[in-house]
Amino acid sequence: MSVFASPDVPGFGSDLPIPWWLLLVKAVAIFVFLVVMTLFAIWWERRVVARMQHRIGPNRVGPFGLLQSLADGVKLALKEDIIPKAADKVVFVLAPIISVTPAFMAFAVIPFGPEVSIFGHRTALQLTDLPVAVLYVLAVASVGIYGIVLAGWSSGSTYPLLGGLRSSAQMISYEVAMGLSFVGVFIYAGSMSTSQIVAAQTQYWYAILLAPSFVIYVVSMVGETNRAPFDLPEAEGELVGGFHTEYSSLKFALFFLAEYINMVTVSALATTLFLGGWHAPFGVTSFWAGANHGWWPIIWFVLKVLIALFVFIWLRGTLPRLRYDQFMRLGWKVLIPSSLGWLLLVATVRAVNAQYNLQSRDVLLYGGAGIVVILLLTFIPDLLATRPSEEPEGEPEWDAMAGGHPVPPMPGQSRPVLTGARASDDDDDLPTEDDT
Amino acid sequence: MTVEVLFGLLGVVATGSALLVVTTRQMVHAALWLVVTLGAVAGCYLLLSAEFVAWVQVLIYIGAVVVLLLFGLMLTRAPIGASVDLDASMAQRLAAAVVAGATAGVLVVSLVDAFRGEHIALETDRPRGHSSAVGAALFRDWVLPFEVLSVLLLAALVGAIVLSRRDVSEPAERGVT
Repeated sequence: MSVFASPDVPGFGSDLPIPWWLLLVKAVAIFVFLVVMTLFAIWWERRVVARMQHRIGPNRVGPFGLLQSLADGVKLALKEDIIPKAADKVVFVLAPIISVTPAFMAFAVIPFGPEVSIFGHRTALQLTDLPVAVLYVLAVASVGIYGIVLAGWSSGSTYPLLGGLRSSAQMISYEVAMGLSFVGVFIYAGSMSTSQIVAAQTQYWYAILLAPSFVIYVVSMVGETNRAPFDLPEAEGELVGGFHTEYSSLKFALFFLAEYINMVTVSALATTLFLGGWHAPFGVTSFWAGANHGWWPIIWFVLKVLIALFVFIWLRGTLPRLRYDQFMRLGWKVLIPSSLGWLLLVATVRAVNAQYNLQSRDVLLYGGAGIVVILLLTFIPDLLATRPSEEPEGEPEWDAMAGGHPVPPMPGQSRPVLTGARASDDDDDLPTEDDT
Repeated sequence: MTVEVLFGLLGVVATGSALLVVTTRQMVHAALWLVVTLGAVAGCYLLLSAEFVAWVQVLIYIGAVVVLLLFGLMLTRAPIGASVDLDASMAQRLAAAVVAGATAGVLVVSLVDAFRGEHIALETDRPRGHSSAVGAALFRDWVLPFEVLSVLLLAALVGAIVLSRRDVSEPAERGVT
């Protein structure tokens, strides 16, 4: 298929034909990597959260409980598969598939390492290298939203519908901030291809050069994957299980798989775009020159992805869930405007640099520090402003039938002194223990 | 050869699902067939080696526009099953068919007439669908239409906010009554 050949990307169609079996090996390797990472991430999350809560966590199945996720998967597969009577059958079955397929597809453009030789063929450790790879990841991720929305709708039930609505609003809002955080990287690297962005980070990682973009990306990647503290679409206290309330057995397992693969994907994207991709961390190359050659870079890549996954788990173990309006305010009023301002600065600096050859690095570093400070400052009015509005000032009037039920006075409220026929009969408004 | 066959197949998928969009009796299914149509069009772009436009099509139209459409449907009403009460009358259907056929005719005739079997080489050093080529064309040759369109979108945005905000529109109503 020479149609897909693109001249500025080597090794894909145009210059060296890759044998079909090599493509198949790469595709299967990515599939296996993602499934194993999912099984591992579930176990790791349970162990780490348990440690944070002074528990032990799963430790029975296999060494350190490592096979627990596998056992859970087998158990899920053996459960009864229930399709609700009110459901739209076709869409109900389609939704988990739509959810999980894009999750796998997005990984096709992530570079695991530099060129290596496999059975005599020189090839990069990457399934395909599109010139618009990052755009492809965004597009594929946006298709994944359908899985959740349709799952919520087709269940024919209220809570899943509400969960689906929340998730679609949430993912669309945070996709904007996520896309804007990428633009800084595009401007700086001059390319949307993942391999070239990694190649541009040999010296400095974009997490340092473009620190505000990185902060915005980290926040929006947590929002995009529906993880705590932004897990509003499946808030147990409000929506039972959210969009997957009516799902059981393997269909539920597919949603679970999709969530964890998405976590791995956004972590891999953070690694590729901001943390230097498969390049060895600073200083390693000074005493080990071969750290960036051959198969070794896979180790650095996987290590960085695991660190990003740990941050996900850490957040879940630490932070309480946000309220929906707080979450939306953070997305629209803080992340998007600040990333627009930051982009203006980056573009200006790049243009000025191209004209006058100034030290753009210094300008970016100071400007970035300033914007991080502004970002942090925006949290202060939020903290100050929401507190008083939540608790009414002074002693609010006690409504004995608030919400349609008789309720006792809350702390800080007192019973009103009754005036009228009954009050004139008794001294006290209600019978007390002395009366009996 | 494969390209022509694939292109034709994608065209069949696009038109077939577009017909299903307007004929299906289930509202949410109509939106989903629209996704298939837009996806097939994105596939056509991809075949013409316009990768940037293809993925933007997926990102904007499938990932944002139709999702928002579904969002709006579900916020108001999105019944599972056929909604017979939304069926159009025979006269409306005829009028719609005539308008759709006329529009398609105008587009096909003008496009065929404009190119007259001209062949455009896709595999040059710098394909026309490359992001830098698209960017140069957009911001050099077509910058005025582009800016006019963005002003139009901004106007729509402001209008939507004004319509949905009670505290802005209330004084005007009070003035009328």
